[in-house]
Amino acid sequence: MIAQRIPILRIGTLLLVSIQVDMDDQTAVLLQDDLSAAIVKAGARGVMIDISALDVVDSFIGRILGMIAAMSRILDAQTVVVGMQPSVAITLVELGLSLNGVRTALNIERGMEILRAVGDEGTDVADSS
Amino acid sequence: MKSDGTLLPEILRGDKTKLLAEWVKQQMSEAGATGRISDEELQDKSREFLDGFAEAAQHGNLTDIDAPEWSRVREVLADVSKSGARQGLSPAQTATFVFSLKQPLFSRIADKATDPAALAAQLWSVTTLIDQLGLRTTELHQKGREDVIARQQRDILELSTPVVKLWDGIVALPLIGALDSERTQVVMETLLEQIVANSASIAIIDITGVPTVDTLVAQHLLKAVAAARLMGAECIISGIRPQIAQTMVHLGVDMHEVVTKASLADAFTVALKRTNRKVVSDRAPEAPRA
Repeated sequence: MIAQRIPILRIGTLLLVSIQVDMDDQTAVLLQDDLSAAIVKAGARGVMIDISALDVVDSFIGRILGMIAAMSRILDAQTVVVGMQPSVAITLVELGLSLNGVRTALNIERGMEILRAVGDEGTDVADSS
Repeated sequence: MKSDGTLLPEILRGDKTKLLAEWVKQQMSEAGATGRISDEELQDKSREFLDGFAEAAQHGNLTDIDAPEWSRVREVLADVSKSGARQGLSPAQTATFVFSLKQPLFSRIADKATDPAALAAQLWSVTTLIDQLGLRTTELHQKGREDVIARQQRDILELSTPVVKLWDGIVALPLIGALDSERTQVVMETLLEQIVANSASIAIIDITGVPTVDTLVAQHLLKAVAAARLMGAECIISGIRPQIAQTMVHLGVDMHEVVTKASLADAFTVALKRTNRKVVSDRAPEAPRA
């Protein structure tokens, strides 16, 4: 069986990943690969991962989410995870994965606000130098 | 004269109305037995029971009340026991409903049976049957009570986790009473659901009403905070009393990652600030202009 690929949408310097299918391990690993390549290619400053349609997570997926965030940070892109379901949040906390390095937002709108604020900071630094 | 319990169907077939009247009278006379059930209801229930009893007895099975022919009797018993439990009757009072049938039945058996040995056998079979029914009543009564308790527990659980909306995007969860694992789970679920429902970015957990905070409770609180953060809402813990602050420090509970405030008002101020709002006095300030 061929693993599903999760589409990565580009909006200016932002990348939007909307996970609409049940994630299996292979899909998650593929996403990690695709996303790191896309960040470099697009020169992205922010990554938004929408997991509102995800209602089951396991420790592996939780860890991948954390790793994606860490990886994006190295590539100078902020990651925001948006729309986590209550049950998913409880599961992750019970698993001991509180995704400390990851920013979170309730919905895409809030997530955009966070990323915009981050993007503005970046511009300021660029202008002043 | 047969001695295998066939007298009972005959008796029940006979003067049912008279038997019913006698039985009801017997129930009334037993002190306080029917205190809270109205006479009519008692009459109805008794008639229903007696009908079912007579019907079942015709089948000749007087030993096993779990048999299908006794189903009607069991239903009436369940009904009587449950309503008794709800009305606060004691198990003894409920069981009297059945046991008081002995007196009128026995007197009839005594009238019909002439041979002492047969009489003894008859009485024995009837008494075993009635005892079984009585025990069943007590069991059902107990179960009715347990249902009431379970329902109340559920109610308390629901009542104890109100999430109130303070402002657009700000919700508060005033916790009252001791926190155990089960309650914390409900609290956490309700909080997270309400965060979604109100699309709240800030949640204030007020623990003024929590009598004691030990390491377990603190851990539960921190879990709720972490889960809320994962969903994109920030948590503020307020209402920490001086003793509780001391206990937490002594226990070595690490609250570094959480914003904590002494009162709900302080927490609300912070929440407003975080959402770029502030409360201003309606009256113009009288300060001298520079």
